[in-house]
Amino acid sequence: MAQTLIQKIISKVTGIKDPEEGSIVFVEPHRILTHDNSAAIIGKFKSMGATKVWDPEKIFIALDHAVPPPDEKKAANHTKIRKFVNEQGIKYFYDCGVGICHQVLAQEGHVIPGVVIFGSDSHTTTHGALGAAGIPIGRTEAASIWAIGQTWLRIPESIKISLSGKMPANVFAKDVILTIIGQMRSDGASYKAVEFHGAATKDFSISERLTMCNMVAEMDGKAGMFQADEVTERYLKGRALDLYQKVLPDKDATYIKSEEFHLDEMVPVVAKPHNVDNVSPIAELPDTEVDVGLLGTCTNGRLDDLAAAARILKGKKIKRGVRLLVYPASQAVLLEGMKEGIIQTLVEAGGELAVPACGPCLGAYGGTLAPGETAISSANRNFKGRMGCKEDTRIFLGSPATVAASVLEGRITEPPKEVFK
Amino acid sequence: MKFTGRMWIFPDKNINTDQIFPGKYTYDPLTPEQMAEHALEDYLPSFAKEVQKGDILITGQNFGSGSSREQAVTCLKAAGVAAIVGVSFARIFYRNAINNAFPLIPCPEAAQYIFEHADVLKDEKITVNLIDGTIAIKDKTFNFPPLTGEALNIFKAGGLLEYTKKKLAQKK
Ligand code: SF4
Repeated sequence: MAQTLIQKIISKVTGIKDPEEGSIVFVEPHRILTHDNSAAIIGKFKSMGATKVWDPEKIFIALDHAVPPPDEKKAANHTKIRKFVNEQGIKYFYDCGVGICHQVLAQEGHVIPGVVIFGSDSHTTTHGALGAAGIPIGRTEAASIWAIGQTWLRIPESIKISLSGKMPANVFAKDVILTIIGQMRSDGASYKAVEFHGAATKDFSISERLTMCNMVAEMDGKAGMFQADEVTERYLKGRALDLYQKVLPDKDATYIKSEEFHLDEMVPVVAKPHNVDNVSPIAELPDTEVDVGLLGTCTNGRLDDLAAAARILKGKKIKRGVRLLVYPASQAVLLEGMKEGIIQTLVEAGGELAVPACGPCLGAYGGTLAPGETAISSANRNFKGRMGCKEDTRIFLGSPATVAASVLEGRITEPPKEVFK
Repeated sequence: MKFTGRMWIFPDKNINTDQIFPGKYTYDPLTPEQMAEHALEDYLPSFAKEVQKGDILITGQNFGSGSSREQAVTCLKAAGVAAIVGVSFARIFYRNAINNAFPLIPCPEAAQYIFEHADVLKDEKITVNLIDGTIAIKDKTFNFPPLTGEALNIFKAGGLLEYTKKKLAQKK
């Protein structure tokens, strides 16, 4: 039987020749990712009666969700995690400041084609950008995997999304995926794996693929994947921590649904409050003033994202009274951005530079909104209250360029085409 | 595995994990009872005070969308909710529920019927039977496919925690 990419990957890791859609299999992952929630997972791990993790070389922990910790409880969580890491000899531990878990996992070469990565974070779908299956799970499952090295998985049906054409100058990967979600809705890929196909995929950089697969979580997908190609190989050269072989779907695999999107027809868009599928072209928005812009997160906090914003803000000042929060996705991005003068530009324009971490994305600390405020954010979620305050607040999601153009004008604004020609 | 309880009827689409358990509490070390105090806080602030043990939620499409936070399941369970009958559930929320032995029943027919007749049914009790896969309300009965296979085993063990405990004990 012809197989989809997820079937191929599951077949490879389980040794089951013909993994049937809908059947339940047990899978031992290549990596299991957790973050600050490791503190709670340690508790669950211990109450399972477990004493030793199954494989200290397959566990990946990055501290990012409350960094630096804003209060003593969150600081104590970190201490607990560090202690556990040392006791268990966990190999891949990235302490505060290194960056957001998903960015660090990909950037440090943990993600390679054909592997399964479980993560107790809903945006673990991100890792499909490199032809892996990144599958989000919950905390108890993460604890159980630490203990016994495997968990159950229902083999999903797959959806094929074909991309053709070229993006207009002021349209970015974020606009593409928001447009797709706007059409397919926020439960459009529930329990399904999403595969990106089509001639246009070769023009997507790994950073752009990470953005796209990250947002597949917002269609409730189980995984979102690009096929490994030359772009993937170039990115992994000198970076991949393990040897890998490209795993590709069969040409005649069957998909439960196929959708086509023409990039030439796309325009800059935003997701309006309070759901990610509430998508509108910026040109059709009523006049919308913003109080704050968030540039960063695992969705759009990479070098090319900061660079796009810097191109718009170069030599300019953001509107008086408006704030711009800058959260590079990792220390590596920050260092590179400093070297290239991008950080300089953003700060000179009025940006508030912060430690590479999740920051205001989840509203747990740092940069929370005040009642009545409106944000334009490069993150992936705009639920009411997501940025820490639910009283009359509104979050619009857009590309980093849209964030930059909007804080410059003080209202949601399309990125100027001429800057990107 | 049969529950009879009062209903809370929430027909809205996409009630998400931030509404069920706000993000600002996710990194506070809370007990399940403390989590219960915030259940559905950003959707219906009065819920946590008024919910009673054994209550059953009737929910709309894609309930539990958003974050992987397991507290969204834990807080409802600890608040005394016995089961949720819904049009559909978001994937991770559904998984977390199985792993916590918390019954979620996707049954669009029953949920739609209750939404459509909410004014006459709202004070009725509903009965959910997980073994034979039936939902009964007043004179109507609906069927749903009961859990099977490994998911059922995890459920029967009382959740993934107990299930893993057993597995580890077997190994030793
Ligand atoms: S940046 Fe936001 S979406 Fe990404 S992992 Fe952190 S909190 Fe989650």
